This record gives sequence, structure tokens and C-alpha cells, in this order.
Amino acid sequence: MSVDYVLFGGLALVTILSALGMLFSRNAVYSALYLIFNFSTIAVLYLMLSAPFIALAQITVYAGAIMVLFLFVIMLLGAEQRGQAVRTWWMQPLALGLAGILIFEAIYLIFTHRTSFPPLRQAVGDLGNPLQIGEQLFSNYLLAFEAVALLLLVAVIGAIFLSRGRKLR
Amino acid sequence: MWADRLAVLPVIVIGAWAVLLTVADLYIPEHRRRITAILAALGLIVGLVVNLFIQRHNPQTAYFGLAIADGFSSFLNVLFLLSGLLGIAVAHGYLQRQNIARSEYYSLLLFSISGMMLMGMAADLIIVFIALELLSIPLYVMAGFHRDRLDSEEAALKYFLLGAFAGGFVVYGIALIYGATGSTRIAAILSAVQSGSASPILLTVGAALILVGLGFKVAAVPFHMWTPDVYQGAPSSVTAFMAVGAKAAGFAALLRVFLLAFPTLSDKLVPLLWALAALTMIVGNIVAIVQSNIKRLLAYSSIAHAGYILMATVTLGQSRLMADAAAAALFYLLAYLLTNFGAWAVVIALEREEGKGLSIQDYAGLGKKYPALAAAMSVFMLSLIGVPPTVGFLGKFYLFRAVLEGGFVGLAVIGVLTSLVSAYYYLRVVVVMYMQEGEPVVNRDALLHWTAALSAIAVLALSLFATPLFQWATQATLYAAQ
Repeated sequence: MSVDYVLFGGLALVTILSALGMLFSRNAVYSALYLIFNFSTIAVLYLMLSAPFIALAQITVYAGAIMVLFLFVIMLLGAEQRGQAVRTWWMQPLALGLAGILIFEAIYLIFTHRTSFPPLRQAVGDLGNPLQIGEQLFSNYLLAFEAVALLLLVAVIGAIFLSRGRKLR
Repeated sequence: MWADRLAVLPVIVIGAWAVLLTVADLYIPEHRRRITAILAALGLIVGLVVNLFIQRHNPQTAYFGLAIADGFSSFLNVLFLLSGLLGIAVAHGYLQRQNIARSEYYSLLLFSISGMMLMGMAADLIIVFIALELLSIPLYVMAGFHRDRLDSEEAALKYFLLGAFAGGFVVYGIALIYGATGSTRIAAILSAVQSGSASPILLTVGAALILVGLGFKVAAVPFHMWTPDVYQGAPSSVTAFMAVGAKAAGFAALLRVFLLAFPTLSDKLVPLLWALAALTMIVGNIVAIVQSNIKRLLAYSSIAHAGYILMATVTLGQSRLMADAAAAALFYLLAYLLTNFGAWAVVIALEREEGKGLSIQDYAGLGKKYPALAAAMSVFMLSLIGVPPTVGFLGKFYLFRAVLEGGFVGLAVIGVLTSLVSAYYYLRVVVVMYMQEGEPVVNRDALLHWTAALSAIAVLALSLFATPLFQWATQATLYAAQ
């Protein structure tokens, strides 16, 4: 058990540091790389909660596909260096206020409901078991699954239509 | 399993037809683009036949309660398929004149309709969300169909960004409702709400967020900011289709989810819906007065009509009335479909390249040179005001009756007063057509003129046979009110 806590503490530290690194890097490419790092450590946290499927989905979908797309866009637009940011006076106080509310909520919950939290493993249970997800997807949510397939096809057709060269008619 | 497939067969037919059309289109030569349009129309007709053939009065759930086939969905399917057929009729010649005839238009149209039909059948909030995206994404692309024009691109981007934003609201609302009730199935939500086990705060906030998201889709004030720009910038044939289709689908979800799942929250939601309906009617009609561009005028008119249909939702919680109010909303949507497509057919007939011919002044002299077209436009304008003997009058009549029976006299008064205001700007179009001299230029497009003529005849004739139509709509919503 104590090994788990040490592991968790270390990972949590890395997660927070990589998030801060993402926020404070001046180069957008570094920011994106920090974010990939952040996603990967969160994936390890999922693994510790015995949810291997969600961990792998986190790596392939977020750290893999989405962030590669981000990097492509950053490099294609040549937006690595942060230009003169347009700041509005109310943005920072608002962000601080919202973050304060979030932190207050977390502290309040931890100190008032501390005893009513179930043990980790029990709370997670079988959630994120690939077999279960697959069974749900192909029985209970079959129609939704098929509709999403159609939706993705439409998105592909639309993207190709909008980006195809203008000469091809 | 086969019973499930049979229940959602109309959606399957249109979805599969859209996929096949996309592939088949690759083998149709460039100069025979007419074939693609005809094939798409054929698919919609097949969908209509299938829909009428399997129409049922007893509701039947399918796919473990994800979807439901009942009178409500059958009625809406007819509405969506009809708007697809009219959408193709007004688009074909227009796309060629504007030099943007690309055959993807028709498969995107079919995809969008499959999403709308799925929306009408949704019995689970997840399906509501997926259907919302499935109907919206083709519309975003179609709004940007005129890729060489900046305002078309602007319309597509604006519609996409605000649509995605609205989608976020819907998902957040669904998540909160799931948190409160432990399910996304509408039937399960209802039983959780009735047993009182769900937290009312979470439920109300979730319902309000879904209302915001759907309010964007149906263009209700204060979520209407995108409407004038998108309606003006998008190609006119797309605007005609999305003004009816997206609105009807949004209201399908609104009626189904709110009337079915949240009747016990009526004390919190009704004031909200009341204010939304009143604001939408007032702002839509008053801002429309100052418009000089016919596309913007019709955009604000479409906002105002969303307000009238929203009136039907204030009967939430009065179980005896909800069926009547929902039927009135369905009838109003049908009336709006015919009137709106007719009006847009006339607009498209007068539109020339580079966005010329869209000012109301361009309609001067239409009454002398093209009396039939001017007469049709007058019929549509009268129907939009709600003057007898047009179908628009009966739509308003049924809605006001339901609202008055529900005891919302104030809202009905606002509705009547704003209708009077709307007479000013609709009649101005008629005045310009008949009283002012001018040399209007009208496109020779037989399909367009037939669409306008048939819509005008339908608007007049259906007002005489409104009772059976309204009874059909009432039967359609029997389940929704139970």
C-alpha cells in the first residue's frame, strides 16, 4: 500500500509540474510537448486505478492522435512563438476567482466527506474493462454506435469537400 | 432484432441512401449532375413511402430503448422528408446559376435529414446529442458551399463555432441529468424524477443547459445572434432548408425531452420558457422592421416564428393540454415549412449572381411583370403574418388556443401584438411589389416556379382541410403527453 502512495505522490508531482510547464512555456511547441507528457502521466494514474483500457485510450487518443494534430497545426501555421497577446483587464481576476472556487470545493469535499469515500479499487470496480465496454457498445448502445459511424463519415466528407483544391471540378 | 430495424427503417433507408449516393456520384459524369439530384429525390420518396407504410399508432421502442417509433416521429419524418424534397427543388437550378453545382450537396442534404429523423425518434439523450451533430455538421458544410464568397465562408465558420458551443451546453446538461438520475434514457429519467430520488437542482440546471443548447439550434432569443449573418451569408437554397429542417429537429427534441421527461419540474421551467418565448417573439419581430435585405428579413422572421412555436412548451406540466399544445406546434411547423419554402423559392427566383437582387427594392414592379409570382409571394407573406384563409392563420389559431387554455393570457397577448407588428414588414414587401414601378429580373427556372406555385396552392388549400391535418397531428402526440 505504501508503495502505491509513494508512486502516486511522485506521479502527481510530475503531472502538476508538466501542466505548469505547459502554461508557462513561451514556445507553443514546448507547450504541446508538455501537454503530451501530462496526458501520459495521467494515463499511468488510470493504470494505477486498474483501468487499463482507459489508460491506453488516453495515450492513443489524447497523447497520440489529438496532440499530433495540435503539433501539425502549430508548425503549419508557424505559430511557435507567442506574439503580443491581447489581454483584457477582467480575464486574470476572473480566472483567479474561478480557480479559487474550484480549490475551495475540493478542500471542502475532502474535509467534510473524507470518511464516506469508498476505497479506490472498490469504487472503480470493473469500470473500463474492455470486454464490458465492448458488450455495452454492441448491445445497449448499438444504435448510438452506428449513428456515430455515420457522423464520422459525414465529417470526413465535409472536411474533404471544404479543403479540396478549387480547380478540381 | 428485425423488429428494431423495422422501427427505425426510415432513418436506415435515408442514411444508407446517402452513403450509396456518395459512392454512386463518383461514376456519374460531370455534365449529368441532374442524375444525382434525381437519385437523391428518389431516396427521399422511398423514405416517405417506407415511413407511411410502417406508420403505427402504438409506440414501439427499439434498440434497448434508445429509439422510439410512434406517431410523433412518423409525423416529423414526413416533415423532414418533405423539406428535403423542396430543398432539392429550390437548389438544383440555383446551384448551377451560382456556379457552385457540386454533387456533394445532395448527399450532405440526405445525411442531414437522416440526423433530423433520428432526432425525432430519440428516446435517449445520447441519441439526441448524436442526432444533433449528425444534422448540424452537413449544414455547416452546406453553409460554406459558396467557397469563393467571403460571406459564405463567414456564415459557415460562425455557424460551426456557435453550433459547437451550443453542442457543449447540451452535453453538459445531459451529464448533469445523468448525474441526477443515473440514466440517459428518457423513460428512466421520468421514473427517477417522479420517484423524487433525483436532486431537483441538478435536474433543473441540466434541463436549462439543454434548453440553451437547443435554443441555439432553433434560433431563440437571446441565442439568436448567429441567425441573421448565417442566413444571409449561406447560399439561399441552404438557408431555406436549414430554416425549416434544423428548427423542426430542434423543436422535436425540445418537445420530446421536456414534455416527456420533466413535467414535474414545471414550476421552475415554465417561467423560463415563458420568458424565452416572449423575448423571441418581441425581438424577432421588432428588429425585422428595419431590415432592407430580404434574406435578413426572413432570418428575423424565422426567429420570431421560433418564438411562436416555443409558446407550446409553456403548457408543460398540464398533462391534459400538453398533447394539444404539441399537436399545435407540429401543425405550426408544417405550416411554416410550406410557407417558408414558398417564400424562399420566390427569393431564389429573383436572386442574381454576386448576391444582387436581394434587396426589397428589387421586388418593385413584380406585380405588373410577373403577376403569378407576385401573387404567390403575397400569399406567403399573408401566411407568415397569420391572416386567413392561409395555413399560417390556423397554425397561430391552434397555438394561441392551447396557450389560452393553459391560462397564459399575457403570453397570448404578446403573441397577437407581435403578429400585428409583423404585418408591417411583411406587407411592405407586398406594397413594394404592387405599388412601386420597377424592372425586376426573374430567373427562368421551371422547377423553382412550380415550387412557388404548388406551395402557394398548398398554403391556401390546407387551410380548408386543416381539421383532419390537425387531428393527425393530435394522434401523433398522444404518446408524447402520456
